[in-house]
Amino acid sequence: MEILRYAIYRFGTMLLTLLVVSVMVFAIINLPPGDYLSNQIAELRASGQSAGVAKAEFLRTEYALDRPLYQQYLIWVGFIPGPHGFSGLIQGNFGWSFEFDQPVAEIVGDSLWLTVLVNLAAVLFVYLVALPLGVIAAARSRTWVDYTSAFVGYLGLATPNFLLALILFYYGHKYFDLPIGGLMDPIYEGEPLSWDKTKSILIHLIVPTFVIGTSGAAAMMQRLRANLLDELGKPYVETAVAKGMAPARMLTKYPLRMAFNPFVADIGNLLPSMVSGSVLVSVVLGLQTIGPTLLTALKTQDLFLSAFVLMFVALLTLMGTMISDVLLVLLDPRIRYEGRET
Amino acid sequence: MQPLLSVGNLSIGFGAGEPVVRDVSFQVNPGETLALVGESGSGKTVTCRAVLRILPRAARIHSGTVRLNGSNGVQELTTLSERQMRNVRGNTISMIFQEPMRSLSPLHRIGNQVSEVLWLHGRTREAAARKEVLECFERVGFPDPERAYKSYPFELSGGMRQRAMIAMAMVAKPDLLIADEPTTALDVTTQAQVLGLMKELQRDTGMAMILVTHDLGVVANMAEQVVVMHKGQVMESGAAEPLLRSPAHAYTQQLFDAAPAIPANPVNAPELPLDDLILQMKSVSKTYSMRAGKSWKAETKIHACRGVDFSLQRGKTLAIVGESGSGKTTAARIALGAELPDEGGEVLFRATSQSNPIGVHHMSRAARTAFQREAQMVFQDPYSSLSPRMRILDALVEPLDIHGIGSKLERRDQAADMLRLVGLDPDMLQRYPHAFSGGQRQRLSIARALMLDPSLLVCDEPTSALDVSVQEQILQLLEDIRDRKNLSYLFISHDLAVVARIADEVAVMRAGLVVEQAPPDTLFHNPKHPYTKALIAAQPEPDIDRPIDLKLVALGAGSPESWPDHFRFSDTEIPSLVQVEPGHKVRCHV
Repeated sequence: MEILRYAIYRFGTMLLTLLVVSVMVFAIINLPPGDYLSNQIAELRASGQSAGVAKAEFLRTEYALDRPLYQQYLIWVGFIPGPHGFSGLIQGNFGWSFEFDQPVAEIVGDSLWLTVLVNLAAVLFVYLVALPLGVIAAARSRTWVDYTSAFVGYLGLATPNFLLALILFYYGHKYFDLPIGGLMDPIYEGEPLSWDKTKSILIHLIVPTFVIGTSGAAAMMQRLRANLLDELGKPYVETAVAKGMAPARMLTKYPLRMAFNPFVADIGNLLPSMVSGSVLVSVVLGLQTIGPTLLTALKTQDLFLSAFVLMFVALLTLMGTMISDVLLVLLDPRIRYEGRET
Repeated sequence: MQPLLSVGNLSIGFGAGEPVVRDVSFQVNPGETLALVGESGSGKTVTCRAVLRILPRAARIHSGTVRLNGSNGVQELTTLSERQMRNVRGNTISMIFQEPMRSLSPLHRIGNQVSEVLWLHGRTREAAARKEVLECFERVGFPDPERAYKSYPFELSGGMRQRAMIAMAMVAKPDLLIADEPTTALDVTTQAQVLGLMKELQRDTGMAMILVTHDLGVVANMAEQVVVMHKGQVMESGAAEPLLRSPAHAYTQQLFDAAPAIPANPVNAPELPLDDLILQMKSVSKTYSMRAGKSWKAETKIHACRGVDFSLQRGKTLAIVGESGSGKTTAARIALGAELPDEGGEVLFRATSQSNPIGVHHMSRAARTAFQREAQMVFQDPYSSLSPRMRILDALVEPLDIHGIGSKLERRDQAADMLRLVGLDPDMLQRYPHAFSGGQRQRLSIARALMLDPSLLVCDEPTSALDVSVQEQILQLLEDIRDRKNLSYLFISHDLAVVARIADEVAVMRAGLVVEQAPPDTLFHNPKHPYTKALIAAQPEPDIDRPIDLKLVALGAGSPESWPDHFRFSDTEIPSLVQVEPGHKVRCHV
């Protein structure tokens, strides 16, 4: 029960943080002088297209851009009614993209889920690879196993992601007939989800997952190895050996549990760094993730689109930290019972 | 009688270097306790770990035999396979380690960690193991075994954790228990109780014990056989009683001479004159408020010090004695101005007999700088209180640099003088701290504290990290310097025997309160307070005729609520210090 209460409390703080983030996102996007519409109006005026100007002016009032900034913010979130009544983020209306001349929801649409998918796959890859390698490197420290894994790890850290992507595409295609670019076969785009479509997505995921996850996995592995080596010198390990435990069982039951904390705590940091770090990779690999969209939106000062994407990344991050916090409480009784009377 | 364990000509070395244990032989008989005595670096720990073959990676057994004649027949432990060895560990031979705080995994419940021993050796199913473990918990003195079973180590006190360790070692009913300094990290009254428990368990189960220790007092209370080790070799071995009464080897004799002891037949000491006070603490209290883990709960107040009154006569030593958490270090920090006392407390300091007293906590910046030159501190751990990246010379002249005293050459000369004063060679000025032994480092700490020519030195457990023979030298040095330079010491310690030697007046603290205060001889001759009595009774003496009196320990070591009526205090009602004879004050209801 304790844990449920903590999770609820943690969820509450997450919502609060999200609120603060929304203020900051909105303020920062509005910091540079001008916005998409006023830029466009000035441009249209200069070229004498009055019809366009009228449309832009119409959009201005339609989206309440003529009101003071704080009202714009409140309308955007959905706290006060705008020109069309309550219609903000809370109500599920993400706004209008001026650059693409479409609702934001439609532009990001699929790419939201694909972003989540690609990054989840990458995080999973990081953990699946880093855990066994880190443990083996620590258990066999200062042997060739350790040195080899460290060498490979550093290679993974040092190779630029997009270069790795190109190499993998070339050889993957040559030897394993892996597809190049995209997240699914073009014939499935816009199609409803089917078994074939899922299969296509999974095959397309292999290379991006590897590319995005490699450096994270290498870093994580080294961290786990270092933590575990520290733990192996602790007296409780000696106690376990003196009990007559076999090395493998001892290692997984005691020191690994202890070394696990930073490992789990990293989930929160991993997600945002992957989303922002994978922009370049997404461009190179032609992935329909949200990264490239964000880039365009920021460049053209497309207010609602960029604000939405930033909010989405923030949400991912906060969810990640929340998950890792709750997991930590589950894993470590010292955190769970902090302040409990003994 | 067949010995249970015979170690023959054991030699152990690290890598290709000289062996650190040479030709060690001893035998342990069933049901007997063998004490392995030695100072740090004597090889006693390596020897006992070699029996279980849990040596560090780099260490190797060069030669020798370890023959176990236990319930599984005769086994030669040095040649067993790793798998067979695992069967011996925890099953036939089990081990208790020094630090109960760190020797248990913080993430697993005590019950799980203890019953694991039984599953590992295939003794019982999990449900039956639980029952056996609960019985064992009850046996080692857990008031509520069920609760202990479900507890995590961090929820228990140090003494309780060591009981859990003992339960873990005992639950498989081994033939031999190896205890490596099992009580060194514990407070003295807890130590007495744990030692008593181990002895009792041994009597009940008939197991043999190897007790590794540096403390001759513990040996005198526990052992039937003694092996004295020094630099990896056995100096002397034999039955405890004759060996302790008349040690044959010069090294053993030396250990005995160095071991501080509470005087056997003290008489009342005259009252200390209080006419030239260097330091005065008047009703000093310190309350910390600890935030509860949950934000809706009220803060808990922790009274680190409550109404502490001290007066330190110039040129004398005032010792504050207490167990961990008694508030002795807080009191010293307040005396040095490092911490502000609660409203109403006052600390007065007089640099010389003629000068006016100044309030330590109400000083101008200039006065504070001057005060810092007069009051210096010697810390507990000589290994971490010197920067490993600073040459000795730089560490010594740094205080002079800060206060801008003397020219570069003069500072250097003074550093050389100071090294001579503490018994080191001025040639060592260019070295780094790692080139010094523990005792030498503590000499360096003292030299550093003396560089500014202070009049008051606060020593926070200056010898508790040192070997007995080194402790003796440091105490000697501190006494010499005090008398030569007319220094005054505020000496903090948990060890009554050390205090007996150096102090002119002793204040015993418990739960932030001074419970008894008197010159040491008076205190030992006529202790009034149950807690003081417990401390004295719990002190293990290297004298086989003065065993620990567990009954007295039990009377005073518990919480204040368990004390006799007229000594009791609670959060709201605290009796005041009463003078029972000249210079002897006790906190009690009259």
